[in-house]
Amino acid sequence: MEGLKIVFEGNNFLRLLSGLWVTIRIALISIGFSLILGSLLGAAMRMKSKAVRAVCRAYLEIVRIMPQLVWLFIVFFGIVRTLGINLSGETSAIIVFTIWGTAEMGDLIRGGFESVPVHQYESSTSLGLTKFQAYIYVIFPQAIRLLIPNIINLSTRMIKTTALVSLIGVTEVLKVGKQIIDANRFEAPNAALWVYGTIFVMYFAVCFPLSMLSTAIEKKQKKLSA
Amino acid sequence: MAETIIEVKNLHKQFGDNVILKDISISVEKGEVIVLIGPSGCGKSTFLRCLNGLEPIQGGSVTLHGEPVLYGKKSLTKIRQHIGMVFQSYDLFPHMTIAQNIALAPLKVQKRDKKEVEEETLKLLDRVGLAGKADSYPNELSGGQKQRAAIVRSLIIHPDIILLDEITAALDPEMVHEVLKVVLDLAKSGTTMMIVTHEMAFAKAVADRVIFLDGGEIVEEGTPDEFFDAPKTERAKQFLKTFTYSD
Ligand SMILES: Nc1ncnc2c1ncn2[C@@H]1O[C@H](COP(=O)(O)OP(=O)(O)OP(=O)(O)O)[C@@H](O)[C@H]1O
Ligand SMILES: [Mg+2]
Repeated sequence: MEGLKIVFEGNNFLRLLSGLWVTIRIALISIGFSLILGSLLGAAMRMKSKAVRAVCRAYLEIVRIMPQLVWLFIVFFGIVRTLGINLSGETSAIIVFTIWGTAEMGDLIRGGFESVPVHQYESSTSLGLTKFQAYIYVIFPQAIRLLIPNIINLSTRMIKTTALVSLIGVTEVLKVGKQIIDANRFEAPNAALWVYGTIFVMYFAVCFPLSMLSTAIEKKQKKLSA
Repeated sequence: MAETIIEVKNLHKQFGDNVILKDISISVEKGEVIVLIGPSGCGKSTFLRCLNGLEPIQGGSVTLHGEPVLYGKKSLTKIRQHIGMVFQSYDLFPHMTIAQNIALAPLKVQKRDKKEVEEETLKLLDRVGLAGKADSYPNELSGGQKQRAAIVRSLIIHPDIILLDEITAALDPEMVHEVLKVVLDLAKSGTTMMIVTHEMAFAKAVADRVIFLDGGEIVEEGTPDEFFDAPKTERAKQFLKTFTYSD
């Protein structure tokens, strides 16, 4: 049981919590930027210009093809080394997650707009609504409703993927855990189980409510669209 | 003297190289009910869509009270407040209640008083037999009820003309009647309408004038009695033959 004791010894638990906060902070800021930029990307992907769509498509594919870890290394080591810019690990992480999140969010949002039947747009404008009003009152509310579960799922994925940032030296929750385990390697050899167990519970506490929310919204939508 | 609501002159419409409507001219007078019939794919829906600017036209003109209906132009939003349209598929907004669906245009487009709109909504719902459905969502209604609500949504803007495009085509047979009854009632109260339908008995009952469209042209035009009992053209005769079982 000394493992469990280690978790709560001194300020260890607080340190884990602040590590968790780093994780959440990186995820939240990235998700926020991704939502804004992703909406723009989603709109751009629906433009008539073939060139614009091709560029967007290329961006999406390039971002998706490479593992996020590679992107982290490219931005953190690559850009820092070659351009000599002083970028903190956390900033690099936010940049990378935003690049990734924008691509995924953009594709989701494009799909959301496309899934609202064109009839809905036509019946709105037939009522005298302007294009803008049709989007505000009819298209966007329906698209976003369809998208909320997907956006939440993507957010959960982004939160989980932030675990990678410990590899570019950011002290997030996993890294804190490792530090605690290392510091108690001799007094409590089984600390790893307890520390990682605690981290598991922490991730669960953050992500589970989100996935419940997404399921609940999905259910409600099924009812509305039946 | 009759007042002309919609005037179509030499309308020409094509999709790419595919000519759909050639040289169509029609004028619709106030209070008139025109039924447009013709074989599937002859361009009836396309014609109605041209009337309220949902489709660009390649020649001729459409005017409403003398104002040109121009595809993609800003002036359309104003013109469309004078044209009600109900489509074949249920196009109520699924995320809004029936009352919200109906009140959207009067509140946001016409900027009318909320209370007044509410009262008229209830009155119209009652008129089409949907009293008590104001707070339901579209998916809680039957197909026939949805179409009646859609009719109310187009009525509340007080349009000069209502365009109905096969509004019963997607309905189960037992619901067709309740919807057609509403339309017939509107016709009796003097509503100007242009109706596309495959229900011949209904067409005969409701129309002041029947227009038979085929091959992109108006092939025959006349009163329902003339058209249904003594069609002049071979094509109209052939077309009507396919419906004889339903009478
Ligand atoms: N957006 C479009 N692009 C290309 N062709 C189209 C388009 N819309 C309709 N058409 C074609 O125009 C023709 C007329 O179609 P329309 O829907 O107006 O016929 P309709 O008389 O309403 O037929 P129905 O009785 O089946 O509803 C059809 O051949 C159709 O394939
Ligand atoms: Mg049609």
